[in-house]
Amino acid sequence: MSTLALNASRLCKRYGSLRAVDDVSFSVRHGEIVGLLGPNGAGKTTTINMVLGILQPSSGSVAIEGIDIARNRSRALAHTNFAAAYAQLPGNLTVLQNLRFFGLLYDVAGLRARIEQLLIEFDLQGLRDTRSGVLSSGEQTRLALAKAVLNRPRLLLLDEPSASLDPSAADLIRSHIRAMASEAGCGILWTSHNMYEVEQTCHRVLFVSHGRILLEGDPRALPQEHGVATLEELFIRLAREPLAPPRAAS
Amino acid sequence: MKTRPIAAIALRQFYLMRSSPTRTLPMVAWVVIDIILWGFISRYLNSITSTGVDFTSSLLGAVLFWDFFTRVMTGVTMAFFEDVWSRNFINLFASPLLISEYLSGLVLTGTATSMVGLIAMVAIATPLFGLHYAALGLLLIPFVMVLFLFGIALGVLASAMVLRLGPASEWLVWPIPAFLSPFVGVFYPLSTLPPWMQAVGHLLPPAYVFEAMRAVIAGRPYPAAALWAGVALAALYVLLASWLFTHIYRYAVRSGLLARYSAESVS
Repeated sequence: MSTLALNASRLCKRYGSLRAVDDVSFSVRHGEIVGLLGPNGAGKTTTINMVLGILQPSSGSVAIEGIDIARNRSRALAHTNFAAAYAQLPGNLTVLQNLRFFGLLYDVAGLRARIEQLLIEFDLQGLRDTRSGVLSSGEQTRLALAKAVLNRPRLLLLDEPSASLDPSAADLIRSHIRAMASEAGCGILWTSHNMYEVEQTCHRVLFVSHGRILLEGDPRALPQEHGVATLEELFIRLAREPLAPPRAAS
Repeated sequence: MKTRPIAAIALRQFYLMRSSPTRTLPMVAWVVIDIILWGFISRYLNSITSTGVDFTSSLLGAVLFWDFFTRVMTGVTMAFFEDVWSRNFINLFASPLLISEYLSGLVLTGTATSMVGLIAMVAIATPLFGLHYAALGLLLIPFVMVLFLFGIALGVLASAMVLRLGPASEWLVWPIPAFLSPFVGVFYPLSTLPPWMQAVGHLLPPAYVFEAMRAVIAGRPYPAAALWAGVALAALYVLLASWLFTHIYRYAVRSGLLARYSAESVS
């Protein structure tokens, strides 16, 4: 088995003269939660889309569990799953129907038992026959996470999963995600604008700005190393004054 | 290809139809209306003419075959639109689902929905208007194959167009059968058409079905080879449409269109 859940190597995405992602390399180990941080438009979602195979890099490669996604997309994506605020589950299907649909799509073995287990784990039993489009934000997030772990992924991609949650619900979600990493050995790539959450959850963070990784390290140690009090302060400083100059258009 | 992802695509459509009369009713409503309307027109024409032409077989039979073809296309395209309307592309294509599995799922859905329409049409046309298929005999097999395959080809082509041009291009898709109908000679022989329209008609597989149907009803021979050429042509169009869909999907992944696919207008 590969020691890396994800290995992104020299990823670039160009749109004409614009470089949305510029020579980005990083990895996620099993059991590790990596935060992908950066201001809006920094290239976080573009990077995640390339990892998910819905956006082809202009150059560079993505390997999930050592499988090159460009060469064997289906086999690589069988090891991953995701939850993102911008990719809601079909609202006209019930909770149970959504889980069955995605369970078949990911060819999950023992699907019936797995769904029952997740309905309990994410406190969705009472909502099993409710259409997901009428669920509250918190309930929709729980459903999205249940879908995201349905196939027991070795790599989980979470794009601002707790953005619309109250502090209590967000805390529960973080607990689930930490358990996924520590107990199941799942590698997790997480984007968030909530620095408290990042400090609480991530083992390592990558600061992205203008499509480049500017900084990498432990979210609890980085502020001190850069002479600021908090991760949020460091974020603001990096967002406004990138360490490296913005790339020139080619 | 795996069977479970294909089943997932079809199951999703089944869930939607089961819970929504607005989705199930159109599967039978329009074809039933067509059969009743054309059934009475055929009966009336039979009563006022003494040409010996059986309008029930020639007109109503043609309507039934044409409606079956359009139902196959609509079934495939509607299944695709459900994913467009619910903005489900990222969920689908960030999964291990193969394009061939996705298209197979759409075809499976189109097959099921068109069969419902076909059964409804036959259930009305046979007892109410005396439409019988015995005269067609074994030719029914290639007839249905041609119309089924060409319906799938157009459904996949329509889906490819919407993937490339955006949801607003829906209104370019629905008129396609109506646009083709004058060329395939649903109600008249191809020889009625000017030469250039006949040439176009010969490129369209349903034209072989309607020509053969009229020949058989009139007791004239029709070369089986020509009909099987229609089957081969329809199969070729299925392959071409699938290639085009795959090509456009790859473009959408390369250009970022898939990642930001939403309610965009035709560009």
